[in-house]
Amino acid sequence: MRRFGLISVPYLWLLALFLVPFLIVLKISLSDIELAIPPYTPTLDLSRGWEGFTDWASQLDLENFWFLAEDSLYWKAYLSSLKIAIVSTIMTLIVGYPIAYGMTRAPDEWRPTLMMLVILPFWTSFLIRVYAWKAILSQEGLLNQLLMGIGVIGEPLTILNTNTAVYIGIVYTYLPFMVLPIYAALERLDESLLEAAEDLGCSRFTAFWLVTFPMSKQGIIAGSFLVFIPAMGEFVIPALLGGSKTLMIGKVLWEEFFSNRDWPVASAVAVILLLLLIIPIVLFQRNEEKQREAER
Amino acid sequence: MADAAAQQVFAPWNAPEAKPIIQFRNVTKRFGDFTAIDDLTLDIHEKEFFSLLGPSGCGKTTMMRMLAGFETPTEGTILLDGQDIAPVPPNKRAVNMMFQSYALFPHLSVWDNIAFGLRREGLDKDRIGNRVEEMLRLVQLGKFAQRKPHQISGGQRQRVALARSLAKAPKLLLLDEPLGALDKKLRQETQFELMDIQETTGTTFVIVTHDQEEAMTVSSRVAVMDHGKIVQVDTPDRIYEEPNSVYVADFLGDVNIIRGKASRKDMGADTDHVHIHFAEGQSPLWAATKRDLAEGTEVALAIRPEKVTITRDRPTDRNNAIRGKVHDIAYLGNISTYHVELPGGQIIKAQTANTRRVARRSFTWEDEVWLSFTDTAGAVLVD
Repeated sequence: MRRFGLISVPYLWLLALFLVPFLIVLKISLSDIELAIPPYTPTLDLSRGWEGFTDWASQLDLENFWFLAEDSLYWKAYLSSLKIAIVSTIMTLIVGYPIAYGMTRAPDEWRPTLMMLVILPFWTSFLIRVYAWKAILSQEGLLNQLLMGIGVIGEPLTILNTNTAVYIGIVYTYLPFMVLPIYAALERLDESLLEAAEDLGCSRFTAFWLVTFPMSKQGIIAGSFLVFIPAMGEFVIPALLGGSKTLMIGKVLWEEFFSNRDWPVASAVAVILLLLLIIPIVLFQRNEEKQREAER
Repeated sequence: MADAAAQQVFAPWNAPEAKPIIQFRNVTKRFGDFTAIDDLTLDIHEKEFFSLLGPSGCGKTTMMRMLAGFETPTEGTILLDGQDIAPVPPNKRAVNMMFQSYALFPHLSVWDNIAFGLRREGLDKDRIGNRVEEMLRLVQLGKFAQRKPHQISGGQRQRVALARSLAKAPKLLLLDEPLGALDKKLRQETQFELMDIQETTGTTFVIVTHDQEEAMTVSSRVAVMDHGKIVQVDTPDRIYEEPNSVYVADFLGDVNIIRGKASRKDMGADTDHVHIHFAEGQSPLWAATKRDLAEGTEVALAIRPEKVTITRDRPTDRNNAIRGKVHDIAYLGNISTYHVELPGGQIIKAQTANTRRVARRSFTWEDEVWLSFTDTAGAVLVD
């Protein structure tokens, strides 16, 4: 009984803060837009009892989902988000792996400092950091000034308000989520495995590809999901760094909700995004489980 | 005739014309201020099962890592088959190592672990396959070929590690505490398996261990190390029976050390024996030694407990007999060790085999007894 009480706390938490809001969003996605407060119909009138409930339920329909399927804007936004998320995940991996590897190779006394440096950005507001990138990447920004100062380019580069800026922003923001799981995987690696590989005829380089890299696979998978899942629904970075051509589903959602005040369509977009993300989330969970099993 | 040849003792270290496979020549290894190996010279011969024995920190692991190529000597040279191996990286040496932690690749199956080294040589598939199967048969793990290391037991992992290090048929196999992670019973079985495998493959084995029993069981020769130096190199029986120092005598097995002054005054022409005056009011002990000892030299007589006889009455057939009182009895099942206190307070251990039931044993606590041993039972040592 006590055990049940203990388990029920987090479940109640999830129920109140995740499941209930999701059910509300799901309900709104099945409703119709209306110029009222709240801006959708029907609303449940419990004072009419059972009849009120059936009346309410009969007015719900999948109209908004059909609308999303018919208008190419939406599935293009989904695809574009998918592409941006995949590309930036790969770029984060390319940048993050050497950082994690370097951290595990660093002398022991340096490791806490390096770890600190990776985590340090979390201490400042995410919004401020993205704004800082605006200052770095703009036409008169620091990057252009630097490049022109050392004479690499004659004309300032247009980076801000393009997809490039979005990629830079996502890689920068989510780098720690890639570095930390890979670092955790590499740190557990027994040094004698590499010596054994060398002893059996590997060069340092082949030892890396045959031992270090496959053994950090779990960390790579975990890090990639941790970057991919939030990048897919990212809103702030494309809104601040991206241009008018940057199409991401997070932005579309925001516009439906606040510009068009079309709560039902915005909710439908959110529901589909969630359903799409369930696939990688389940895969991520499975990877974690597999890892735990291998460690036992 | 063939029998006679088979009976011939394997002792290439005594043959002056034999060419050692490994030669350490004045090798010194320092890590910063710490000297791990101190001006060490040693020959190891082909087909030997050579043990490096010593407490942790004595430098035995450093010697092995220098042979494998993970460390280079600060001074001196190491020759393998007459070639200096210092410039040869580990992946180019005909030396393989079995790691203390086994270092099996957790992401590869048993089969792939064993094939790992062969694949690096670029052999064709069939030859790799045949060799891996051969190795699996050698260590009797055929059934487990497709398992991952975490799916097999500790003893099986140990055998996979052995098979993997033997697969490339190295000239020299290094074993770093190979049985350290196994429980006692399994360790004893595996010692004999190791010896069989060493004999079948004819590979030279160098084993690092801190377990003296293991070293005694498996080795053709044992090197006892202390603080980066080799104290004694010899066959297990000679190391045990004729240690050259108190350190060696004490490190291997149980021993009584009786300190005293050597004297040959009353020996006359007999130069094979010496008197050891070890306590006031006790008659001197007789010990056989060919050492040239000046009158009054401080010596130690090292004598193994199993070579000390315990009796109720004074034996008449031995020169050495000391009276004492039973202070303690350690009952180990097959044997009992009696701790006998001499009048001066020194404790001497005597061991007897328990051929009769304990209830019928002859001595008990506080009994007055006689300890005796022959002239040749102990070793006379000078520090």
